[in-house]
Amino acid sequence: MNQLSSVNQLKKCPTGITGFDRIADGGLPAGRSTLICGSAGSGKSLFGIEFLAHGIQLFHEPGVFVSFEERSEDIIGNVASIGLALQPMVAAGKLKILPIDIDAHTLHEAGEYDLEPLFIRIGAAIQAVAAKRIVLDAVENLFSAFQDQSILRAEFKRLLCWLKEQGITAVITTEKGEQSLTRRGIEEYLADCVVLLDLRVTDQVATRMLRITKYRGSGHGADEYPFLIDDTGIVCMPINQYSLDYPVSNRVFPSGITRLDQMLGGGIYYGSTLLVSGGSGSGKSTIAGQFVDAACGRGEKTLYLALEESPAQIMRNLKSLNIDLQQWLDHGLLAFVANRPSVYGLEMQMAVLMRQVRLFEPALVVIDPITALHIDSSSLAVKRMLQRTIDQLKARGVTMLFTTLTWASEEAGETTSSSISSLMDAWIQLRSMESSGERSRGLYVIKSRGARNSNQIREFLITHGGVSLKDVMLNAAGEVVTGSERYLMQVRQAQAAKDRKTTEEQQRLELESRYKTMQARVSALMAEFEAEKQSLERKWQLEAIQSSETEMLIHQVSERRSAGVSDDE
Amino acid sequence: MMSESEADVPCPVSTAGWKLRLYVVGQSPRSVLAISNLREICESHLAPCYELEVVDLLVDPHLAEGDEIIAVPTLVRRLPTPVRKVVGDLSDTGKVLVGLQLKARE
Repeated sequence: MNQLSSVNQLKKCPTGITGFDRIADGGLPAGRSTLICGSAGSGKSLFGIEFLAHGIQLFHEPGVFVSFEERSEDIIGNVASIGLALQPMVAAGKLKILPIDIDAHTLHEAGEYDLEPLFIRIGAAIQAVAAKRIVLDAVENLFSAFQDQSILRAEFKRLLCWLKEQGITAVITTEKGEQSLTRRGIEEYLADCVVLLDLRVTDQVATRMLRITKYRGSGHGADEYPFLIDDTGIVCMPINQYSLDYPVSNRVFPSGITRLDQMLGGGIYYGSTLLVSGGSGSGKSTIAGQFVDAACGRGEKTLYLALEESPAQIMRNLKSLNIDLQQWLDHGLLAFVANRPSVYGLEMQMAVLMRQVRLFEPALVVIDPITALHIDSSSLAVKRMLQRTIDQLKARGVTMLFTTLTWASEEAGETTSSSISSLMDAWIQLRSMESSGERSRGLYVIKSRGARNSNQIREFLITHGGVSLKDVMLNAAGEVVTGSERYLMQVRQAQAAKDRKTTEEQQRLELESRYKTMQARVSALMAEFEAEKQSLERKWQLEAIQSSETEMLIHQVSERRSAGVSDDE
Repeated sequence: MMSESEADVPCPVSTAGWKLRLYVVGQSPRSVLAISNLREICESHLAPCYELEVVDLLVDPHLAEGDEIIAVPTLVRRLPTPVRKVVGDLSDTGKVLVGLQLKARE
């Protein structure tokens, strides 16, 4: 993918098989031969048929299917179940099915021979449809029919060279095992590309695996890749093919619980991962349900991988909290994938999930609980699986919510999830808090990447309206109090407040009465002062009148004197 | 079934009505060798009651499908049934006779 392209770079022939072309760096070597090797029932023939059918449908390259095993009717019938209609392709002259029936029992060898008739028959088929692709299916039957292997080997090599000269991309399938082509020393020079298919059963769970063991002149994924055969054919999981350079979103994915978003420092981002861990009955599924409800309420699709409870049970339980998921199911906004983790192998589980994600295109994926996957596997496998899932989903911008079960003893150390916690962008821990003889639910945020999260433990209640988070309440010792203790404390606080209020009232009244008394005294003093002032003023008035009268008298006397009038007159 | 037919084998009298067909591709040395080998075997073991037909797949390629021919030379015993095939240039007469059930396996 990121390879430097050069002039000499091998031309690729895309198979159209989901995921495979990514692993094979574009497809099979064009104009060359590829060996598909696998045990019985590992999907070899299907690989070949899909290679041809997709070639016709997607890349307009006609093909020939040479079967050394099955009759053409069987071949057409076998793939009809996965929705591949070969008959119309045959009718349209795009596909030629050439069954070659080798009955080893009726065949005897007496001297030297060559496979010229096979060349003639294949050549005629190639010409009939102007084939660009060819599949030689179950060639081990050709080899087991003849005793002289040296002739066969030489002839087979000649056949492949002849196909190569015609620029036809060939896929040769063969059974793995004692009778295999690889054991006959043919593989070495035969194919430019060798793909191994395997059907492995571990703990009664079958997992299909695919691995490219050889690819001349091309880079390819070297790992073993799980694949599945479902109603669309082979679906391969190029699980490690995702790099970390996916786009990130700055948009916040609201949880539907406002206070939780606040605790997370605004909320989790779209395309991020949230782990909700807690003991049994701590409310993990309820929180998940709340997220689902919120997402669907915004018209965003949600895929719910239920590994422990049935969808009906999950919905019933949430319904009792007035969270109605049925409506979203009816609206096609919610889809469940429900199975016991033991039904599929881990890789398969992921493959099933990813297929659903591709088909449904959800904005939110819930895996409830991720712990259920521990059952059949080591934690490393789970971690790798999760890593791949997360990378793939992140690349798609899907927000993820995982629940995980922790045991009471592990809660303190947060150990259970430590192996997967590094994959999580945000982590909410639910814990039951025991005090005063009862348990109550507490919630705290262990981390929230890219946001300033609350460091408080909040009590959360599961009520008929869903989840609600309470304010933090501390007792005198600075411990968070919950449940009835919180209630008692609230009552006590209320009582204290009430007492305080009463005292204040009393003091206020007292103050008022004192004020009134004081005022009365002030007015009395004022009245006294007023009276005194008035009497003084009256006195001053009289005195003024008297003095003016005296003056007037003196004036009259002096006037008289100046007029020579004596008083005697 | 095998033991039955093998019991019938050493009985050249029953060769009446034998139909053989030899498939070859072109006139290659191997084709020529096979034809001459076959004629010799027929003359010494089946004469006079047999029919021999030589098919050149270069001339009639479509005939390869009918008898499911993938290698040449291939000798097909069309009659008596069941059909038997002997592949190769027929230089090993013993093997040819075994293949045609004219002789029991050693």
